[in-house]
Amino acid sequence: MTDMPHQYSIKELEQRANDIRMDIIKMLEQAGSGHSAGPLGLADIFTALYFHSLKHDPKNPDWDGRDILILSNGHCVPVRYATMAHAGYFPKAELLTLRKFGSRLQGHPERLRLPGMETTSGPLGSGLSQATGMALALKMDDVRNRWVYVITSDGELDEGNSWEAVMLAAKYNPGNLIAIVDRNNIQIDGPTESVMPLESLKAKWEAFGWFALNINGNDIEAIISAVEMAKAVTEKPVVIIAHTIPGKGVDFMEKDFHWHGKPPGHEEAMKALKELRTLQGKIRSEHQ
Amino acid sequence: MPEMHFKHDWSEKDSLRKGFGMGLLEAGKRNKNVVALCADLTESTQMHLFAEEFPERFVQVGVAEQNLVTVAAGMAAMGKIPFVSSYAAFSPGRNWEQIRTTIALNDRPVKIIGSHAGVSVGPDGATHQMLEDIPLMRALPNMVVIAPCDSVEAQKATLAMAADKRPNYMRLAREATPVFTSPHTPFEIGKGYVFRAGTDVTIVATGTMTYQALETAKLLAHKYISVEVVHISTIKPLDEEVILNSAAKTRHVITAEEAQIAGGLGGAVAELLGEKLPTSMARVGVKDHFGESGEPDELIKYFGLDAEAIAKVAQKLLTDHTNHKH
Repeated sequence: MTDMPHQYSIKELEQRANDIRMDIIKMLEQAGSGHSAGPLGLADIFTALYFHSLKHDPKNPDWDGRDILILSNGHCVPVRYATMAHAGYFPKAELLTLRKFGSRLQGHPERLRLPGMETTSGPLGSGLSQATGMALALKMDDVRNRWVYVITSDGELDEGNSWEAVMLAAKYNPGNLIAIVDRNNIQIDGPTESVMPLESLKAKWEAFGWFALNINGNDIEAIISAVEMAKAVTEKPVVIIAHTIPGKGVDFMEKDFHWHGKPPGHEEAMKALKELRTLQGKIRSEHQ
Repeated sequence: MPEMHFKHDWSEKDSLRKGFGMGLLEAGKRNKNVVALCADLTESTQMHLFAEEFPERFVQVGVAEQNLVTVAAGMAAMGKIPFVSSYAAFSPGRNWEQIRTTIALNDRPVKIIGSHAGVSVGPDGATHQMLEDIPLMRALPNMVVIAPCDSVEAQKATLAMAADKRPNYMRLAREATPVFTSPHTPFEIGKGYVFRAGTDVTIVATGTMTYQALETAKLLAHKYISVEVVHISTIKPLDEEVILNSAAKTRHVITAEEAQIAGGLGGAVAELLGEKLPTSMARVGVKDHFGESGEPDELIKYFGLDAEAIAKVAQKLLTDHTNHKH
């Protein structure tokens, strides 16, 4: 058991996030169903967590010194699968089994099927409570230096269960809990602010007793820095409101809620992969 | 038939919830990983005994049943054995999906205590008289469903749940009911017991209705009808053998539960006998109806859940079946 063995440069992490995006496109195209926008938008956060911030061991997923990562918005799990494969939890070839019969990579994550998955999620609004329960249990046992991270979506905050957990975490302040809200402003039926307005989101969390940070959730350096800051804040639980671009990296998917819940077809996947290879036309060669 | 070691005197009354409270306190003393969570009904569900003894292992979540079970799922993930209590109408009534996903599908050993089940809740009325919890929980893969018959058995069941690795649901009643089992009466999760041997008709009963079934047997003994009472404290997994053996002997089976007859114990027994040993059957329970305010005894009578009512069902079943054969 060990921490991550070495430090990656920001440039390396950015390249990794881009590779993960390409795998997400391939997975979704092969699966023929699933969610595109959220996983692409979350690639930088997952890369920063798995390749920098998290204490974990891909060869020993149940290591009892590991940090815990809960993905509450389970529909975004393709990004987690892709990142876990990159980190060495399982062979990348398995990524193309996503959503297929017999696969460990279920449409929504199941703990009992894939080591390292931590919990089963999909129905929204219960990840923050589970993470709070985990954090409280660690505190009861006086375990230090283990952190519980929970990623929730913004649309998921429509769920009352989320705010029940927000209140409980503030009440007990376990001191080892970091929430990250994927603030991408879309949900299935449209923009979050037209489906069910969430603003002022930061003020809401603060009013509920949390320390809240707004960051650019597609800036790996900012993500790493926010996590470090969250660990330094002890008086309150910390939420990082990570503003991400849904569909990030693929021009025709970015900021379009129609891509929330559907996969690319073959032609669209080819186009998306070309964009990701060339970083949206910013570089010339398609064969870096 | 093994000795059941019942108490000699059945006049003492105590509530199932009280038995749970005592059991939880004892479980907490035996195992430091036992923790308790409550949704603002600590004393009412008798969890206060634990909360006062182990405040550092007690979590008060407020009136938030969805949070209650999901926080518990998280604590179970870190090696805790969480007991969560509320009224059955709210937990599992309100938080069923959270239980399904984060406890049953996730296979976490959370112990869900639904107090105030059945019409014997009394004056609070239909909103608080949970009658649908057995089918709700029985339908979930991985879930164990327990309904003890008296305070002493509720205490034993609580200790057994603390040692069980599966997700468990236990249904409790509010009202004090006769205590007839003793600390020596056998109890094991998953086992049904013949509480009284008989030859003419079997009453398969669960929870508070087991006492009514035993009273029914006494009433019918005066009419030369021999009743076998099978107590099912674990509705899921069901002890098929004890039911099939009794049904093979008496050929007449009545089920009794203080719950909807649809999908509960009656449903489970009908499924079993329908597939393996078709038997003349009748189900006693609340028949597609909500409860209402009233005194517990009054409501038990009104809904036909008392010994006299069960005796009539038994006599009718025996008569109808006999006529049918001729």
